[in-house]
Amino acid sequence: MLSIKNLQARIEEKEILKGINLEIKPGEVHAIMGPNGSGKSTLASVLAGREDYEVTGGSVEFLGKDLLEMEADVRAREGVFLAFQYPIEIPGVSTTNFMKTAVNQIREHHGEKALDAVSFLKLMKEKMKLVEIDQALLSRSLNEGFSGGEKKRNEIFQMAMLEPKLAILDETDSGLDIDALKIVAHGVNTLKNKDNATIVVTHYQRLLDYIVPDFVHVLYNGRIVKSGTKELALELEARGYDWIKEEADATA
Amino acid sequence: MEKIAGQSILNSLETQFEAFEKSLNGQSKSAAHAVRKEAFSSLMNSGFPGPKNEEYKFTNFTRAVEKNFELNGTNADFGLTEAQISATQIEGLDAHKIVFLNGIYSSELSDNIQVEGLKVESLAEGFKANSPLAQSNFGTKANFAEDAFVALNTAFSQHGVAIEVADKAVIEKPIVLYFIGDSSTAELSYHIRNIVVAGKFSQATIIEKFDTLGEHKSFTTSVNEISVSDSAHLRFFKIENDTEQAYHISNIHASQGTNSNFKAFTFSLNGAMIRNNLNIKLQAEGIETYMNGLYLLDGKTHVDNHTVADHMMPNCYSNELYKGIMDGSSKGVFNGKIFVRPDAQKTNAFQSNKNILISDKATVNTKPQLEIWADDVSCSHGCTTGQLDMDALFYLQARGIQKDKARAILLKAFANDVLETVENEAIKEYLAAIIEKRLEK
Repeated sequence: MLSIKNLQARIEEKEILKGINLEIKPGEVHAIMGPNGSGKSTLASVLAGREDYEVTGGSVEFLGKDLLEMEADVRAREGVFLAFQYPIEIPGVSTTNFMKTAVNQIREHHGEKALDAVSFLKLMKEKMKLVEIDQALLSRSLNEGFSGGEKKRNEIFQMAMLEPKLAILDETDSGLDIDALKIVAHGVNTLKNKDNATIVVTHYQRLLDYIVPDFVHVLYNGRIVKSGTKELALELEARGYDWIKEEADATA
Repeated sequence: MEKIAGQSILNSLETQFEAFEKSLNGQSKSAAHAVRKEAFSSLMNSGFPGPKNEEYKFTNFTRAVEKNFELNGTNADFGLTEAQISATQIEGLDAHKIVFLNGIYSSELSDNIQVEGLKVESLAEGFKANSPLAQSNFGTKANFAEDAFVALNTAFSQHGVAIEVADKAVIEKPIVLYFIGDSSTAELSYHIRNIVVAGKFSQATIIEKFDTLGEHKSFTTSVNEISVSDSAHLRFFKIENDTEQAYHISNIHASQGTNSNFKAFTFSLNGAMIRNNLNIKLQAEGIETYMNGLYLLDGKTHVDNHTVADHMMPNCYSNELYKGIMDGSSKGVFNGKIFVRPDAQKTNAFQSNKNILISDKATVNTKPQLEIWADDVSCSHGCTTGQLDMDALFYLQARGIQKDKARAILLKAFANDVLETVENEAIKEYLAAIIEKRLEK
């Protein structure tokens, strides 16, 4: 589904990704872990199409298409979803309103008819239950005055609405208490099926107790320096990142 | 003698004023005409604002008029069709309608208003009949000595309306003043004066809208002199969506009585050059004043909003919200003055001006100006100028929304703050449709 080959990217003059290789198949959950500043969030942003980053080399193929050629909105319509680490506050735009536009633009992209108000509301109610989010919250200005947990639940709500093929969760666990974390994880797990894939970017193992990964990759200094199964995450939890850094620095 | 600005305009005005005076036969001894003569001589002595005039620093209207207009004192005949006329009107608005064609009151197109407590008279008729409403209010709020364009309007305005809302009268339907001009064969210029007296405990809404159709340029001025009596509620809308050839100077000078509530709305959506002076005197206690404005500019449109909230007495509240979106090589100017005089203790005065520049060539000059002589007051002001929030744009795009659409959503949300303050649904929808169309281009 997603094939990343030797991906390199920089922001301004700073090289951040220095050759990422990653293969993701439908139905899989991949965790990307790593110390602060290793390039995890950059990878998430580059995949979602943020223009601040310049891709300087490598390729990314998504469902047989060149992902890097597409604008951010086209990637989203093709099925890429980024759950933001820091969801943006947008005064004057309610979640309900912009989701309606988003859902219908995506439907149009796939040659489907726009949802009428009733069907949209029905869909929304169904997805709201999943992350236990209140309709009143969704009628308010997007993320404005939301708690950390409300913002993250809103991200997963949007994911549920858009039903992406590839979901990228960028530090979705940061700033969440355990109850909110469980709700978010429940949402993600419910949405998981054999046809879609998930990338979980996280610093801590904690989230992975709830969203169990098939593969764990450790990103350090712009490269994936170690890959393994969920046991790797537990090892990182127990031993920290220093041994990884030492190993990587020794071979570099 | 020092050279005064706008001399060429003054020269042509001199002959026009003589001709105008001759045409007035019978009215030359009236109180209003005495004011006109004074205004004219003040204008001739002081001239128009020059390039160094602080109040017109970023908007050299004098030069714009000199450069673009002959001002020979006569307008071509009005030849627009009924369809063209009705296209300028606010769809779906249930209102009392007053229509002016090339600056002259049209009794044919205007509603014959028969509403208890509401008196609407053509100013020209009022002058002729020596009506006290027209005669005694003319020139009492708008001080011609302070602004040459007010002097120009005072000297030459003959048409307009005088509106009187009786004490306790609640006028449900808005009163809408359409000024429709035909510049298809020649340049067009005229000056309008309106007088509004809202009696005690009365309620009314007034809308002023200028439209010019035609290839040639137009230069129009309008001065509104408004008295909001004790406990009256008055809304006044200025809707500016004229052509790229339209030069317009608007003056709204209002004074408010005890416990009155006045809301002024200024929507500047198109034009060549527009200057809006909104000047409100809070001259009693317990007053509420709202000044809300939106300017949505593109091309070479130049819009200058100068506002004054003059707090003269204690326990009053004023709130000003102006927002601007500038595209193309348009130019926005905002100057918001708040005066809090020594007697005006316990004043609450707030002002906010926010701007978004969409193109590299668009500019805005914004200046809040607070002068406070009282010590127990709560005042705040803030102005921001920025570009579209790129993080917000990316967020919406990351949800599958096309860039253009995402941009329109964000700009509409920005403009909505002002639009949402409009209570009348028909007016709000009318404006929202124009704004939406413009932003989704």
